[in-house]
Amino acid sequence: MKQFLTFVRKEFAHVLRDRKTLLILFGMPVVQILIFGFALTSEVKNSRVLIVDNANDAASQQLLTKIEASQYFEVDRSVMSPLQMEAAFREGEIKMAIVFPANFNEDLLHQNQAHVQIVTDASDPNTATSLTNYVSSIIQDYQASLNQTLSVPLRILPETRFIYNPQLKGVYNYVPGVMALVLMLVCVMMTAVSIVREKETGTMEVLLVSPFKPVLVILSKAVPYLILSLVNVGTILLMSIFVLDLPVAGNLLLLLAESTLFIITCLTLGIFISIKTSSQQVAMLISLMGMLLPTMLFSGFMFPIENMPVPLQIISNIVPSKWYYLIVKAVMIKGLGFSAIWKETLILAGMTLFLFVISLKNFKIRLA
Amino acid sequence: MEAVVVNALSKTYGQGATRAVDNVSFAVSKGELFGLIGPDGAGKTSIFRMLTTVLLPDGGSAAVDGLDIVKDYKEIRNRVGYMPGKFSLYPDLSIEENLNFFATVFNTTVEENYDLIKDIYVQIEPFKKRRAGKLSGGMKQKLALCCALIHKPSVLFLDEPTTGVDPVSRKEFWEMLRRLKEQNITIVVSTPYMDEATLCDRIALIQNGKILSIDTPANVVASYPDTLYALRSEPMFALLQAVEHYPHTRNSYAFGEYMHASFTDGVGEDEVKNYLREQGIAAVEMKKTTPTIEDCFINKLKN
Repeated sequence: MKQFLTFVRKEFAHVLRDRKTLLILFGMPVVQILIFGFALTSEVKNSRVLIVDNANDAASQQLLTKIEASQYFEVDRSVMSPLQMEAAFREGEIKMAIVFPANFNEDLLHQNQAHVQIVTDASDPNTATSLTNYVSSIIQDYQASLNQTLSVPLRILPETRFIYNPQLKGVYNYVPGVMALVLMLVCVMMTAVSIVREKETGTMEVLLVSPFKPVLVILSKAVPYLILSLVNVGTILLMSIFVLDLPVAGNLLLLLAESTLFIITCLTLGIFISIKTSSQQVAMLISLMGMLLPTMLFSGFMFPIENMPVPLQIISNIVPSKWYYLIVKAVMIKGLGFSAIWKETLILAGMTLFLFVISLKNFKIRLA
Repeated sequence: MEAVVVNALSKTYGQGATRAVDNVSFAVSKGELFGLIGPDGAGKTSIFRMLTTVLLPDGGSAAVDGLDIVKDYKEIRNRVGYMPGKFSLYPDLSIEENLNFFATVFNTTVEENYDLIKDIYVQIEPFKKRRAGKLSGGMKQKLALCCALIHKPSVLFLDEPTTGVDPVSRKEFWEMLRRLKEQNITIVVSTPYMDEATLCDRIALIQNGKILSIDTPANVVASYPDTLYALRSEPMFALLQAVEHYPHTRNSYAFGEYMHASFTDGVGEDEVKNYLREQGIAAVEMKKTTPTIEDCFINKLKN
């Protein structure tokens, strides 16, 4: 036990004294969350908007002029049938359509309220919400200017409709996705270089000629990164709650426990890479190329797995982050309990055990 | 009892293309300071790695402390101390941390065997908080020796411990080895420096994976078959050329500011000087000299 603690302390020293590694370790999650959360949802400019003006009266014209003046939109006034409009959406020609009913001005003046329909392509949910918000505020602005001179307030009621993705799932999607991505990258990359570094610097040769046990080395390499990665999970969760307003719907402890399991899976994967490679560069490349791409592609966070061809769907099953992504979505967003995710948990646990056993089996007790 | 017994040990690399260690046999007695002397690529490191059980031999056998290097590798790893040729401690840990780490790995403490390393450790102790990566070459080697000694090994394997170390530190290092020998620790050391060979009890001259001879340094020197001369003249190059082309020359090579040469039996100082005068080299300083290990090594290589 004393040996184990000494090993762990040594590993901690390696990590904490390497400033650059530390920066990656703690900087990456923050940067990723911010990039995915804000940079990618920044202002949407010059989106093509289709106007279907069935009224073509004074009020609709005034409102349209205001919308046209905005830098966010590139207005196309061609009159289309609903069918043509749908086709234009499908082709991706337009991001949004604004439809005025036939007697927009009359409704507004006589009934004191009129409707306007805003249809948005929500396959890109962030753009969709932004666009809708811009139009709504322009409408409100116009409404306020009308009401300045009137005793009875007039109201324009925007009816917003998101097509293709009515629940705007993407907003939620990326927090579990970033968690899976960051943990996978940090854990795999850091441990992947840890054992191979000892081979490269020659310390492994000295360690081999000592009574140490391989299992001790493997475990002691994993412990510091487990603790540091849990700190990262904490950072991500805090940011998602306080910066992104996305609270944890389910049990926080369950989420942390599942995260710990996933971290351990990644650590054993990293250690396996470290044992099989002979230079830090190769280990780094394998963990970057081998982990980053599959995690992006196959965890379902950027591209829905259901839409993939069957062979790719099958491949996605061996990507650990896919299962973790499902777990986080279930616990964090849908608020489900353990009964909903026991299968995924079991798969992750199985993967971990498998990786641990083959790592131990492949640990070389001699120089190659 | 013999501390190390090596019996027809062989190691090849690249599917037998390179014979790094070729049928090597030797024995080291308990408490002996045994030197493997040979140039780079002679196979010294491969022998060390096999004896310390981190490399499997392709042929032959060897025992350390009576334990087989293949079968009993775990027990050997408990007992021996090993200092690889390349600096192999943690550069981001301090002197103190490195030492404590290796003590714990071997299930011991620094205090327990402090008297063994005391002489060496006091020299680097003022810098104990300094990271190992920031130490000078000599200090690194002293620290590595401390780490290899901390568990009081029965056999100490030092692979080129003085390579890349300044002459003063080298001398200090060998004094330390002599003191360790007094503690009855068997030491197997390798070096490419011939002058260090005389500091060993016995030496094995090794070249291309083969052992050329094993003896005490004194016997190696005494067994030099010819009378060896040291010659000097200006310009040196003409002298070298002339001696080389002299039909009675056995060996000739530059050696520091002199050149060393030996001649066939019956050819003495006068004959050589006469020959040189005929060649137009008159002012020659020529004297008999005692062969060094290096001279013996060169002689063995030529025959």
